[in-house]
Amino acid sequence: MLHELCAMTGAWIIGFCQVTGRMMMLFLDTLSKVRTVSIKETLRQMALLGADSLPIVLLTMLCTGMVFSVQTAKEFVALGASGTVGGIVAIAMGRELVPVLTGVVVAGRIGAAIAAELGTMKVTEQIDALRVMATSPVRYLVAPRFLAVALMMPVLIVFGNFIGNAGGYFVAHYYADIGSTTYLNSIRQLCEPFDLFGGMIKGVAFGAIISIVGCFKGLNAKQGAEGVGLATTASVVLSIILIFISDYFLTVLLYVDK
Amino acid sequence: MAESVISLRNLELAFGEKKVLQGVNLEVKKGETMAVIGPSGTGKSTILKVLIGLLAPTGGNVFIEGQDVSHLTEEEWNEIRKHIGMVFQYSALFDFLDVGENVAFGLRQHFRLPEEEVQKKVDDLLKDVGMEDAKSMYPVELSGGMKKRVSLARALAFGPRIVLYDEPTAGLDPIRMMNISRLIRETQQKHKVTSILVTHDMESVYVAADRVALINGGKIVAVGTPEEFRNSDDPLIRGFITGEEIAGATEAFR
Repeated sequence: MLHELCAMTGAWIIGFCQVTGRMMMLFLDTLSKVRTVSIKETLRQMALLGADSLPIVLLTMLCTGMVFSVQTAKEFVALGASGTVGGIVAIAMGRELVPVLTGVVVAGRIGAAIAAELGTMKVTEQIDALRVMATSPVRYLVAPRFLAVALMMPVLIVFGNFIGNAGGYFVAHYYADIGSTTYLNSIRQLCEPFDLFGGMIKGVAFGAIISIVGCFKGLNAKQGAEGVGLATTASVVLSIILIFISDYFLTVLLYVDK
Repeated sequence: MAESVISLRNLELAFGEKKVLQGVNLEVKKGETMAVIGPSGTGKSTILKVLIGLLAPTGGNVFIEGQDVSHLTEEEWNEIRKHIGMVFQYSALFDFLDVGENVAFGLRQHFRLPEEEVQKKVDDLLKDVGMEDAKSMYPVELSGGMKKRVSLARALAFGPRIVLYDEPTAGLDPIRMMNISRLIRETQQKHKVTSILVTHDMESVYVAADRVALINGGKIVAVGTPEEFRNSDDPLIRGFITGEEIAGATEAFR
């Protein structure tokens, strides 16, 4: 019994280390090929993966800003702190809510799409066909997606912050009766530009995680439709887990003692 | 006697405990089409994947045009691959590109040619395989036979010296099967390429191949001309060609 448990734990640890190592190698290989990437293909991926995600990101962030404002505005007014609501909402959105929730939304939409597309290419031998034609799948497929998602995430985050704060203001103004000047002054007094820039830096990291995990899972999809489905699900789950774990360390790195 | 362009010497390949190739020896001469036939799961397609560097052998040696390619890096393989074309079993056309772009893919990736030259080459290749009217169609709009033709045009775009065919007639009706087989023969004659044709289909072998190798149990068990195979009394060869229950053959192919 103990022997089997040890064997299972050992096998799991070895498997985990293998996957982590191979994913890191894909990441490093991608970085080494970024300089030779096709600009045209990267722009196409930016439109496909980034710009087309804007509506769902805007909707999510609008709702998040409004909900956060509903939850805080009246409580803060009751405590006599109505002059801090705008700033609190903006800091929470800029540092945490927009980057993390945009990461989760993009992982669900883009990470899944990348894994499904590359997984289908894998099981229909299109990846082999690329290699046979002396073309590196990492240079041709992974690097443009990596660049596209990592570059578009900060852009989505800027738009997400704008719409989220607009939603927060709308609710604070009409639900908790906080004046426009009070709300905007609060943002000016409490917020710093780095609240937004730090969130954008997080966005680049989350974009890198989403694209590398999606590509890795797709390129390693097992045969058949089931294999593609499993790769897609695994890509979303692993991306979201890694986003939350890395968010803690990025927050410590970017904001503690600042 | 013509020199060997492809030489497999005691080639072995295993996936973990499972030994797929167990000492394959095969010589393919310059300009000839060698058919590799045999039951499913005996390692025919695996030989092609080793020859193009998609799988690394676990034993023995592979020589292409005299160079030992058994243990090359991916970058070294990419140089070799520029002289080899491959037609995949399910065509493996890039479904995000149209037919013309599929055929032009290799040219655009590796040669800085003027666009007019690329288009002319694509038009010529598509005409050679009878697909000139499908240039702007996407793979999803093509039948199985049409995909194979486009796949052949794409494989020839580099001007390869070697072409590998992985079951090019699988799943096709008899008319299209014969068309593809004749196309393989015409390609050999027009482009002077050395080819390996992996197939189950003896009719295709009789039309397209100069010699035949029968693989069973991860080893080449017989080599000869199509005519020699047709007239052979060897129970293994007769058993495979006719599909009849022949003593010794049926058990051997299990």
